[in-house]
Amino acid sequence: MKSMKPFLVACLFTASSLAAPPIVIQNATILTVTRGTLTGSILIRNGKIEEIGERITAPADAQIVDATGQFVMPGIVDCHSHIAADSINEGSVSVSAMVGIEDVLNPEDIAIYRALAGGVTTANILHGSANSIGGKCTVVKLRWGKDAHDMIFEGAMPGIKFALGENPKRAGNPSGQRIGAANVLRYPATRMGVEDVIREAFTEAKAYQQSWKDYNDKVARGEQAIAPRRDLKLEPLVEVLEGKRFVHAHCYRADEILMLLRVADEFGFKIRTLQHVLEGYKVAKEIAAHGAGASTFSDWWSYKLEAFDAIPYNAAIMTRKGIVVSLNSDSAELMRHLNDEAAKTMKYGGLSETEALSLITINPAKQLAIDNRVGSIEVGKDADLAIFDKHPLSNFAKVEKVYIDGELYFDRNKDLADRAVHEADKKKLLDKERELQRRAAPGAVRRPAA
Amino acid sequence: MKRLVVLLLVAASALPAQGPAAVAIHNARVVPVSGPVIARGTVVLRDGLIEAVGADVNIPADAWVIEGDGLTIYPGLIDALSTFGIPQPATPQANGAAAQQPAAPQITSPLATPGAVTAANPPARGPEDRPMTTSWVRAADLVKPTDRRLNSARAAGFTTAVTFPPRGIFAGQGAIVDLAGETPGQMIVADNAGEYVTLATSGGFGGGFPNSLMGTIAYVRQLYLDAEHYRIAKQFYAAHPRGTARPDYDRALEGVLDAPRVLLPATRRTDVDRMLRFADDLRLQAVLYGLPEGYRSADLLKKAGASVLVNLRWPEKGRDTDPDEPDTLQVLRVRDRAPSTPAVLAQNGVKFALYTGGLERRADLLREIKRALDEGLSPEDALRALTLSPAEIYGVADRLGSIEPGKIANLVVTKGDIFQTATEVKYVFVDGVKFEPVEEPAPANARPESAPPTPEPQGEKQ
Repeated sequence: MKSMKPFLVACLFTASSLAAPPIVIQNATILTVTRGTLTGSILIRNGKIEEIGERITAPADAQIVDATGQFVMPGIVDCHSHIAADSINEGSVSVSAMVGIEDVLNPEDIAIYRALAGGVTTANILHGSANSIGGKCTVVKLRWGKDAHDMIFEGAMPGIKFALGENPKRAGNPSGQRIGAANVLRYPATRMGVEDVIREAFTEAKAYQQSWKDYNDKVARGEQAIAPRRDLKLEPLVEVLEGKRFVHAHCYRADEILMLLRVADEFGFKIRTLQHVLEGYKVAKEIAAHGAGASTFSDWWSYKLEAFDAIPYNAAIMTRKGIVVSLNSDSAELMRHLNDEAAKTMKYGGLSETEALSLITINPAKQLAIDNRVGSIEVGKDADLAIFDKHPLSNFAKVEKVYIDGELYFDRNKDLADRAVHEADKKKLLDKERELQRRAAPGAVRRPAA
Repeated sequence: MKRLVVLLLVAASALPAQGPAAVAIHNARVVPVSGPVIARGTVVLRDGLIEAVGADVNIPADAWVIEGDGLTIYPGLIDALSTFGIPQPATPQANGAAAQQPAAPQITSPLATPGAVTAANPPARGPEDRPMTTSWVRAADLVKPTDRRLNSARAAGFTTAVTFPPRGIFAGQGAIVDLAGETPGQMIVADNAGEYVTLATSGGFGGGFPNSLMGTIAYVRQLYLDAEHYRIAKQFYAAHPRGTARPDYDRALEGVLDAPRVLLPATRRTDVDRMLRFADDLRLQAVLYGLPEGYRSADLLKKAGASVLVNLRWPEKGRDTDPDEPDTLQVLRVRDRAPSTPAVLAQNGVKFALYTGGLERRADLLREIKRALDEGLSPEDALRALTLSPAEIYGVADRLGSIEPGKIANLVVTKGDIFQTATEVKYVFVDGVKFEPVEEPAPANARPESAPPTPEPQGEKQ
């Protein structure tokens, strides 16, 4: 029966969350991002924000969370992350659109919990950047403790990763030697090759799209025909052409950004976001004209040649040119202090408090087309909230509590209290294992008495 | 008749087998698994099959009688996922490359030796190159009665193994194999146990497609879609050969279509969830294997109505782990709780079979089984998971897995409870042929100086 216990606990937990009482967060400074800032309360019911106001009558059965002196902001949305997956890069081929993060989501990656502790509630989990056209991406909510499928952001538009420049071409020729030498692993090994791969892939995708149209026409005419072979590599590209899948393109240099926008225009699809986009400030007008969003870093650059011509004003300049801009992490570490990153844009570029917060909340939500659900504190939106002890744009601020769908997923006090318990558990298990090993040691049993 | 001739041949040979037409084990405790224990009963074997079993069975006049006082008769044990019967290359002494592999990756084939997955000659450029695929290879074509491991497997009580080609993503098709025979053909009980799938990768950039777990999963999915398309195209072509382009013959797809079920690996709860969804998505008849985290996956398995094969080789701390890199609480918990998996599955009504994970020596197996028993698994459930349950999972319960008339005469006869260390395995019957287990060789890691001196062969003394 001992081993049954976790299940019973799990069952009880699920049952209780179904009928969760409403929650009222009281006396907090509420940074709604889209509706200004106020001091007051938030009523959460059934996972949604039901009421926001300076004075709220708490329902009799409500659980009261006193947040006096604390700050509530929308849960942070990270438009570019690589946590919570068992693999990231299918770098063997120049078009790896057949693979997808959804297949390898790992809900037990500790980075999820650590990101929660930084106030992040939603993340776009991207394939790596080794290929001109990479794998499919998945938007998740950081519902720590749930199974993989339950993390997926219901109804969020699926995405796909593209990558330009050094990464996809280096994957083709890692030693950097003369092109044509035996050490070239795969095409492409140059920037122009990257463009060619994208063109070729979409030419192929159009033919594939046509083959299905032809088949469907035949069926409609009542002719006998075999359906075309389903091609998992081309299906996502057809979805891109049909506007059913977002393109998130890793890029740095202005010339390549323009190249990609032109290729997309030519083939009739949209680039949803440019990722990293460190030279975006040079071509902000063109990016805005295409309608692409930009997801960049505050001040992280110079880690390779194409990432040198960067300035900390990038996010602000692109914002002023009318682009929807977000700041992303691309790193499990950076992910824990995106609020800090946002604050830097106030010093470099003079963004307002609300504009700075938008870069990590409503803007990435817009980029992922989930802004009807998350990204700001508004009535009717998901109760995804982060409570900080100080203003989140202060680098002394710490996260106290994080709610997703009205459920508490991180609680600083609980975390601190649990540490001793975990240490004790660990010691017990280590001691037990040592004892087991001692008993099982072959020498201990078999050695004849001397 | 054929059987009889074979038996006579066996009898005439120098094997430890004797081959009368019929054998009756008399006055023994009989554990049929499919029914209640018979405290004092008789089992009659004839022509490789069980002829009769019960408390009041007449012993045929032509039967050799074995007095069963103090003996217990069990169905022969079945290793539900194995390479027994496929001769292994002489195990190379842990060479540098293999020894320095990082601690067991999350998902590898439990059958292949570490690092043994070899990519095809030129790196594959996509699913169309069918990387690491030998789906058409049949274990039935690979087994040999000369596999040196058959002796020790029988000595441990195993009479049957479900044997698979070990390497690749689509490694090939399993066979249900009896662990003795004069010819390879005699060993095969069924030649289509299922397709064995691992989630191997080409191992890094430069090795070709797929080099990541998600690449492998995408490949497996594409191959199943291709197989379905191929099946329809072949059907269509068969109906309309005139005016239809004929589909290209593809042995990889032939192999996949041949297999009645697929074995998919699942290590963590996350993998169980992932593979169940994957199988459901492709409507595969899937059996999951591995399951060290089965103890916390029972809800998922129960909901899916899945059957699983549990590796008896419980996860252990690596031998050469860095003392400065202590394991996480998560890892320690899994190592501690993994042996409770069979008990938890039994309590939740999930059908499971056990497999040896390459362990051959009876002492090693008993140690691993004891850990499961200590966690609350009943000996009855343990026995079932090594006999009737694997037979049911592989669809051969009509001929294997219990002591019932008409079934194959695979038995283990012990002096005491089969899961007790002190218990002696007296006889093992495979297809009705009696074996008396030979002394197990000393463990490979025993120090030579402490090994007992080899006794002189009996023959020379006489």
